[in-house]
Amino acid sequence: MVQYNFKKITVVPNGKDFVDIILSRTQRQTPTVVHKGYAISRLRQFYMRKVKYTQQNFHDKLSTIIDEFPRLDDIHPFYGDLLHVLYNKDHYKLALGQINTARNLIGKIAKDYVKLLKYGDSLYRCKCLKVAALGRMCTVIKRIGPSLAYLEQVRQHMARLPSIDPNTRTILICGYPNVGKSSFINKITRADVDVQPYAFTTKSLFVGHTDYKYLRYQVIDTPGILDRPFEDRNIIEMCSITALAHLRAAILFFLDISGSCGYSIAQQAALFHSIKSLFMNKPLIIVCNKTDLQPLDGISEEDMKLVMEMKSEALKTIIAQGGEATNDDSVLLTMSTLTEEGVIAVKNAACDRLLNQRVEIKMKSKKMNDCLNRFHVAVPKPRDQKDRPPCIPAAVLEAKAKEAAEKEKRKTEKDLEEENGGAGVYSMNLRKHYILANDEWKNDVLPEILDGHNVYDFIDPDILHRVEELEREEGMREAEAEDDDFEIDGTELTPEQQEALAEIRKKKSLLIQQHRIKKGNAENRPTVPRKFDKDKQYTSERMGRQLSSLGLDPTLAIKRMRSRSASTRGRKRERSPESRSADGRDGMDIDGDTPSKKQRLSRSLSRSRSVSRPPHEVVPGEGFKDSAQKVKAIKLAKKSVKKRNKDARRGEADRVIPTLKPKHLYSGKRSSGKTDRR
Amino acid sequence: MRLEKCWFCSSTVYPGHGIQFVRNDAKIFRFCRSKCHKNFKMKRNPRKVKWTKAYRRVHGKDMTQDSTFEFERKRNRPERYDRNLAESVLKAIPKIDKIRVTREERHHKNRMKGNKEKLLKEAVKELEQGISLVKAPSVLQQDPSLTLPKIKVKVSQQQSEETPAMEE
Repeated sequence: MVQYNFKKITVVPNGKDFVDIILSRTQRQTPTVVHKGYAISRLRQFYMRKVKYTQQNFHDKLSTIIDEFPRLDDIHPFYGDLLHVLYNKDHYKLALGQINTARNLIGKIAKDYVKLLKYGDSLYRCKCLKVAALGRMCTVIKRIGPSLAYLEQVRQHMARLPSIDPNTRTILICGYPNVGKSSFINKITRADVDVQPYAFTTKSLFVGHTDYKYLRYQVIDTPGILDRPFEDRNIIEMCSITALAHLRAAILFFLDISGSCGYSIAQQAALFHSIKSLFMNKPLIIVCNKTDLQPLDGISEEDMKLVMEMKSEALKTIIAQGGEATNDDSVLLTMSTLTEEGVIAVKNAACDRLLNQRVEIKMKSKKMNDCLNRFHVAVPKPRDQKDRPPCIPAAVLEAKAKEAAEKEKRKTEKDLEEENGGAGVYSMNLRKHYILANDEWKNDVLPEILDGHNVYDFIDPDILHRVEELEREEGMREAEAEDDDFEIDGTELTPEQQEALAEIRKKKSLLIQQHRIKKGNAENRPTVPRKFDKDKQYTSERMGRQLSSLGLDPTLAIKRMRSRSASTRGRKRERSPESRSADGRDGMDIDGDTPSKKQRLSRSLSRSRSVSRPPHEVVPGEGFKDSAQKVKAIKLAKKSVKKRNKDARRGEADRVIPTLKPKHLYSGKRSSGKTDRR
Repeated sequence: MRLEKCWFCSSTVYPGHGIQFVRNDAKIFRFCRSKCHKNFKMKRNPRKVKWTKAYRRVHGKDMTQDSTFEFERKRNRPERYDRNLAESVLKAIPKIDKIRVTREERHHKNRMKGNKEKLLKEAVKELEQGISLVKAPSVLQQDPSLTLPKIKVKVSQQQSEETPAMEE
């Protein structure tokens, strides 16, 4: 509601500040750099943009001012009048009107200059036009400077007005200055109004809130009113008059009985009568304050008469509303804010009166009637005393009764579960309610997997037929297959050929195996010329055997070989294989050491098995004369090491770190990276 | 519980085995073991990887189309249980299996039919080329038949019983 947002009006800057703000914004928010050499359209665009931007900003800001200030005709008449009283309606409207014209003028200026800029032919010309435009806009604003200042003042004051809701329950306190209005409001509400002995302490309206019967009441404290003709009243009094005039409130007219306010009862009565026109249709209570100084009974007769007159006037207002004229007490009350006697009574009386009045008005208004109409319940008038209860057919009653009984009797699954041991022990048989062709099948277990197949994939209503067909088909196919089963293989190898082939294959595989072994231990085997062959494979006997297995006669070849070997070696006697005994150990053989039969036989097996050598056996590449020498050499070597080993000393084979901290590892910087690990 | 087929090698994935991969387009890939899974991650095409069923089918090594395959089909609508039907199904499954296996064997035999000729040719060639390993050419000239020469060890009479089988 506009009435309450007087605090939310944006600040109205004064003329100079306004201009500064807008111009600096234009400078910041539009491009600033432009050169002579740009295309003319670009220059024009640049300056037009500035002019338009300035105009737009002015327009926006002025519009906000105009929109935010309340229009005196649109708001509640109380506020309208109040603002008029405070700020002078005409002046206010004029100021806003000036703002409006300024806005329009600026728009026109911008339009004109943009039109001119379209035909600017040089940077300088465009610039001058822009300067002129902005200058004119700023002068407009300068001219309305006073209005802006005035509006700013108004705004500040408006923000401080008390927030009075004109439509809610209100209690208005009025009377002469110094009669005790502010003290009263201090007493019943949390308002902290200034209370001083001099008149016009309260210079404006003050609002407090009080509760009565769970309802909130606004209590408005007004400045004192003097008895003057209407035209002579000052602004402060006019505030209270406005309040009295426009707010539909309960009015508490304060009367100072003791006269300590400086005014006699007669004066106060005169005031009452002069403003009683304002009390039309409002519940009025006359409150006699300061009874601690002067009780009501103790005043003079004339004063009493005046008071009674006022009371009668007040009573008239009650009668005018349509209430009873009996509550004498609720019209004239006495109290003392100092001693606080009667304060609550006054408040209660005021609240009650106000509430009653408001309720009555609401009742009379159309809105209430609509509501009441909706709540009407039509009841037929009984024509005789016969009792007519509602009619329920018998079937329905029976059904209801049966259902009720069933509900109690039926056993639920939950009951069953509880019987059989509870949730963890018993689990319901979900198959109980299966709908099958035969109820015996309910608990059948069908395997899901059979022989690596999913059984469900095979389920088919006519599977039997299909399987039969399949079997028949299979039978036929088998019969066909038997016919072409005989594969007459015309040519086949003769047994001789087969034998030869087997032999060939065997030989080939042996060769391959040998080669593989040779390849495998090529790294570790010394490459020794054939005359030093250690396993005694390249003998003349062997050659003979091999040649004869091929079908050739080897005798000539052997003889030749033997004769040659004997001559190179320079042997005294020609050895003949016949002289060799069956045992094998017959003195010296070609290469010195005679292998025993066991050795020979063991080594003459297929070469695919590698054989380990005894340590004393001399390998030709090693450089020993005979095995005895080798054995001695081994012994010497072991002896030399024995003592050291016994002492558990570091030997030649034990790892040695020559330098524990080599310099090249422990010094120097790295080109990239850290050197925290060395 | 269902037995699934491995996407890569088409073997059955039993419950508790393998890995299932769900792609962003909601296609599910099941693998029987990490071998298949890793091959898949390497983006290998199972039709080109020799040991998979897909390769074997594509290259005609295994039977592709057969009526026995149609018995096993994934059904989405469950049938109402019928004990007789269930019995017949359980009896039928091994029969179908047997027939399928025999057919596959037949297919394999058919595939291997031309083998004997090929082997024979190879054997003849090998004989021709390799006869020199067991029979010297000069001996072959004299005696063109393929009988192997008898071993006559003239070097030492006592050792004539030695068969060449013990030698290298």
